[in-house]
Amino acid sequence: MDEGTELSLSIAQIVQRLKGSHLHSQIERQAKDCLHRPEIKLESLKEDVHSYLKTSGWEKKLQNAVYRELQLPPSHPTAPPEHLKEPLAYMRKAQASWEKRILKSLNSMSTELGVPLARQVGVNLSRFRPVYAPKDFLEVLIGLRNPNHDSREEIGARSHWGLIQVPLNVRDIPQLVGIYSLFTNPSLFQTPPRLYLGPVLVVEQDSAAAQQYSRRGCPTGLRADLWALILNSTNQPQDVMHYEQLKAGVIQHDLLVDNLIYKDVKLTASNDDYYFVFEDFLYQVLLCFSRDTGVLEHFKYNSATPPKSYLHGKVGDEDYAVVYPPNGVVPFHGFSMYVAPLCFLYNEPSKLYSVFREMYIRYFFRLHSISSSFSGIVSLCLQFERLLQTHLPQLFYHLRQIGAQPLRIAFKWMVRAFSGYLSTDQLLLLWDRILGYDSLEVVAGTTVLAFSDNLMEVTSLASAEAVLADLSTLKVIPLIQIFLFATAI
Amino acid sequence: MAGKVKWVTDIEKSVLINNFEKREWVPVTESEDWNFYWMSIQTIRNVFSVDTGYRLSDEQLVNHFPNHYELTRKDLMIKNIKRYRKELEKEGSPLAEKDENGKYVYLDFVPVTFMLPADYNLFVEEFRKNPSSTWIMKPCGKAQGKGIFLINKLSQIKKWSRDSRTSTFVAASSGKEAYVISLYIDNPLLIGGKKFDLRLYVLVTTYRPLKCYMYKLGFCRFCTVKYTPSTSELDNMFVHLTNVAIQKHGDDYNHVHGGKWTVSNLRLYLESTRGKEVTNRLFDQIHWIVVQSLKAVAVNASPSLTSSTANDRILKYSLINDTLNIVTPNGEIPDCRWNRSPPREALGNYQVLYDEEQAQSESAERDLRSRSGQLLGSKGTKGSAGARPAAATWK
Repeated sequence: MDEGTELSLSIAQIVQRLKGSHLHSQIERQAKDCLHRPEIKLESLKEDVHSYLKTSGWEKKLQNAVYRELQLPPSHPTAPPEHLKEPLAYMRKAQASWEKRILKSLNSMSTELGVPLARQVGVNLSRFRPVYAPKDFLEVLIGLRNPNHDSREEIGARSHWGLIQVPLNVRDIPQLVGIYSLFTNPSLFQTPPRLYLGPVLVVEQDSAAAQQYSRRGCPTGLRADLWALILNSTNQPQDVMHYEQLKAGVIQHDLLVDNLIYKDVKLTASNDDYYFVFEDFLYQVLLCFSRDTGVLEHFKYNSATPPKSYLHGKVGDEDYAVVYPPNGVVPFHGFSMYVAPLCFLYNEPSKLYSVFREMYIRYFFRLHSISSSFSGIVSLCLQFERLLQTHLPQLFYHLRQIGAQPLRIAFKWMVRAFSGYLSTDQLLLLWDRILGYDSLEVVAGTTVLAFSDNLMEVTSLASAEAVLADLSTLKVIPLIQIFLFATAI
Repeated sequence: MAGKVKWVTDIEKSVLINNFEKREWVPVTESEDWNFYWMSIQTIRNVFSVDTGYRLSDEQLVNHFPNHYELTRKDLMIKNIKRYRKELEKEGSPLAEKDENGKYVYLDFVPVTFMLPADYNLFVEEFRKNPSSTWIMKPCGKAQGKGIFLINKLSQIKKWSRDSRTSTFVAASSGKEAYVISLYIDNPLLIGGKKFDLRLYVLVTTYRPLKCYMYKLGFCRFCTVKYTPSTSELDNMFVHLTNVAIQKHGDDYNHVHGGKWTVSNLRLYLESTRGKEVTNRLFDQIHWIVVQSLKAVAVNASPSLTSSTANDRILKYSLINDTLNIVTPNGEIPDCRWNRSPPREALGNYQVLYDEEQAQSESAERDLRSRSGQLLGSKGTKGSAGARPAAATWK
């Protein structure tokens, strides 16, 4: 298929998606209403209406919406749908079998506690346990193998000391420097014009420009607006109404996952020095999230598939399948920490919800599903291990010898995109870059920074864990700069 | 004069004693020749009471000024602020400016307050203007949230009415059973739906001229339960009072973080949700209130030296450490004839809140320049010589 046809197909797809949207009807109405305006002349109707939509800011809103569609993974019209989720067959298989385990665990918890998945009768929270924790997931990733690839066959290939044993393409340092070049030039950071540019971008409401801007970090006072702009998360009346509906759903009926959420918040955020304050907001947002069937859309490009429960006696019959939970996402231990940092930016629940939801369906889902994506957790782990092996080979070797594989320590940081491990101000600077570069790769880079030569002294996994237990003093950006700049020469 | 500082304390707290020991100061008893005495409130009262005639020598330093209770007793604080404002008004000072509704533009930092039972009738008059309002009753001499309650009906404070025959209240002169009653602010700033207050540490080394320092690492104390202004919850102290002593006994009290946030977390949150300008203005106003209160009055009473969490212990240890560094520079024996402005490096985590001496010398310098015909800016300087800030910064 030639480029021209591909392009027009993509355009057709985007147009199709936007056609049913609220924005579309708003713009239509605007176009109709403006007809009585004096500057709209019959002889130049099309140009005049277009010009009006431009000056009144509606064109910009449309641009932002198109930009958002472009951010989501594109679907190739001739490829089968599962390839959009995940092109590699062995990865798809691994994800499917992991999902079976999760569902089994969920069902057995339900049976054990005598609590049906979708209805609850005042159960004691202490009997609930998380469905899985990051370390369970890590074991699955460690076991991943590409059946068509035998690493023993690679002659001259540098041996890989880490735990991840799949041959994915991940970027090395020279490539990273090329992409993240702004990091290597510190003088580009806080130039005076930049400080004035921020507020202008917010006024201009330009998603693409805001995203570029965010690569160098957002000023604290503007971050909330800039992120909302980048994610095209508007807080229109229909968004607020949608949120209110979800809230009503929470009151109407309980779900078993609600208890998992309560438990998770109590175990993680409630004990956190920064986030304990927002306990109530976290419940609200996560309970609503579980009921948001709109989230199911993202499974088109997520390698994961929502767990299905079949009505009694109808297993396999799709007509009697119920997605569980309604949004298809089963929370695991630490899940609430995806929302927590956002509470520092948004104090209005529906806005907080909207931004979190968008962050989840763009980035966070990749941290707990098995895929070959550059931003997927498997690639991040592999990239981390390779970077560490290149950058600090002696340390890596030493840790391996004492049975302290670095990934075993660092995995939980990456799954949470460092939430709860870095201090909040540093975390927000890191997430600025995730949004700015539209990728989770910076997470892998940051992970390497936490390892330094003082670990050469440790003699066991436990002592390595102890040394790395507190990352709250890590200053992310200067370290990334030094890392990329110093290693690039 | 060489030699180690000799210290005494009657408060057995590790954050104090560890700090003294790390400086290798010499522990002595009260009856011996001491340089530094960290005293409890009771001891201060005895030391400075008129009867004992105790006089401090030039080489002795204590941790409270004699009239510290002027700030810590709620009725005295109110009296002092009201008196201070009236004085400024009489002098015609621009600080005492009032707006068209009669409210102070720069000095409106306490809610309407009355002393009971002395001002009972005045209070009733005010109460009747707004019968649906809520008021908070606080005993004058207690701390840690003890004895505080909310009222929204006159009948709830009948026993403080002067003409009540069944009054169990003790005569005003004893000062023991007196209360202050203030208009309750029922729309406080909430974070995560919870009410919080600020615990800030201020060190005053002299009153005349005023030199005070604020510790940068203060903290916020959150209630464990969501705030509601609903009258049904007026009795629920976990909703309204933020004192740790009270919150500690709530179901949700957490011993890891103790329901506390650092002031820097608060700053980050406010900047992110409200913007940098508003946040800066807020902190400026907080500092302003502290300086004005100190000017209105004298001393501070003992901060709690009991640590409730590990983070807390670290904070209080550093606090005492930095405090001692300022009041005994170079760890030397105190000498009251010293110039008492420490250099910036010696401040540790304190920042200069107000240095009157420096402010006056800078102001004198400006006068000198203006007399020699140079152009002069009329704004006061900020920062270390924080004289009167320009009117624009406060509104």
